[in-house]
Amino acid sequence: MIKILNNLSVFILPFMIAFILIFALFKKAPVYENFIDGAKEGFSIATRIIPYLVAIMVCTAMFRESGAIDIIEKILSPVLNYFKVPSETTLIMLTRSLSGSATLGVLGDIINQSGVNSYAVKLAAVITGSSETTFYVASVYFGSIGIKKFRHALLAGILADVVGIVAAVWVCSIFFL
Amino acid sequence: MNYIFAFLILFSLICAVYTGKLDTVMTSALASAGRAVELAIALIGVMAFWLGIVNIAKKSGLTNVFSKIIKKPLLLLFPDLKNNNEALSNITLNISANALGLMNAATPFGIKAMESMQRKNPEKEKATNSMCTFLAINTAGFQLVPAMVIAILASNNMENPQIIIIPTLIVTSIAFLSAIFFVKILEGFFK
Repeated sequence: MIKILNNLSVFILPFMIAFILIFALFKKAPVYENFIDGAKEGFSIATRIIPYLVAIMVCTAMFRESGAIDIIEKILSPVLNYFKVPSETTLIMLTRSLSGSATLGVLGDIINQSGVNSYAVKLAAVITGSSETTFYVASVYFGSIGIKKFRHALLAGILADVVGIVAAVWVCSIFFL
Repeated sequence: MNYIFAFLILFSLICAVYTGKLDTVMTSALASAGRAVELAIALIGVMAFWLGIVNIAKKSGLTNVFSKIIKKPLLLLFPDLKNNNEALSNITLNISANALGLMNAATPFGIKAMESMQRKNPEKEKATNSMCTFLAINTAGFQLVPAMVIAILASNNMENPQIIIIPTLIVTSIAFLSAIFFVKILEGFFK
């Protein structure tokens, strides 16, 4: 099963590119010129999202380094202990929505501390795999078109992340405990 | 966003005073400002390549063919995109690429979808309902197989990393549905 899925993801990109090219040739569209026109925008989009990325990465870095996460971790851990959540995983729940690289770092720490076959690693892996870095996605997508007023988008994303974490704790306790 | 931004910074500064880490906080703040630029620069190449491919698909009419097939079900989620086929097909391509774990390919489709929604947006600095719905769906990160996490576990010699696939799929589906639920509930409260 996993072999098939892995092979599928290896083949799907080349297949997609080939299909797009063949379809365009069949329709007699100028593929090279259209490629260049589209690729031109890569630079401007990347520069447009810079202020958004700076804003979000600076405030998440400050949040991480200030010990704010440790303080929240301390407040939360009695509650989480009650639900049989290993304390090693509290940190990853807090970093998941904020920073992708920090989350992978924390996952690595949990693997080293608790051993790769532990329950904590399984829970952390499910949390990491089932969600996206909400703040990063918001900066890139809204940044690329210059939206400054996010309205309810971020709040909905964060609430969904919280539901996801609760679901992860619940589902993992059924599967792995 | 104004409150979240101010809260994150002010709360961090207060905590930093309490924990005595003010200098590390400031250094890392400035360092990550630099990293944000590096990250954006690093994105240029991949982004340019995929935007090129996406443009071939668009100009040949492939995206239009695609949008006709999936228009009806998607309109339930994005009712104000009735006359925006381009946005609908890019949204579909973005969600399918994400589901397959092709983050690099998904982002340009997502940006194209946002651009076509922005073209019909009367207030250019404020997100429309459809933009918020689309963003919330993306932040939920629906994925069929968490390939990257499995690769990390496998490289650390986990016996059977694939055991996380089914639980992750259940959790990501719950998160995906609740993102749609929350974004639709909240949309009336944020004008």
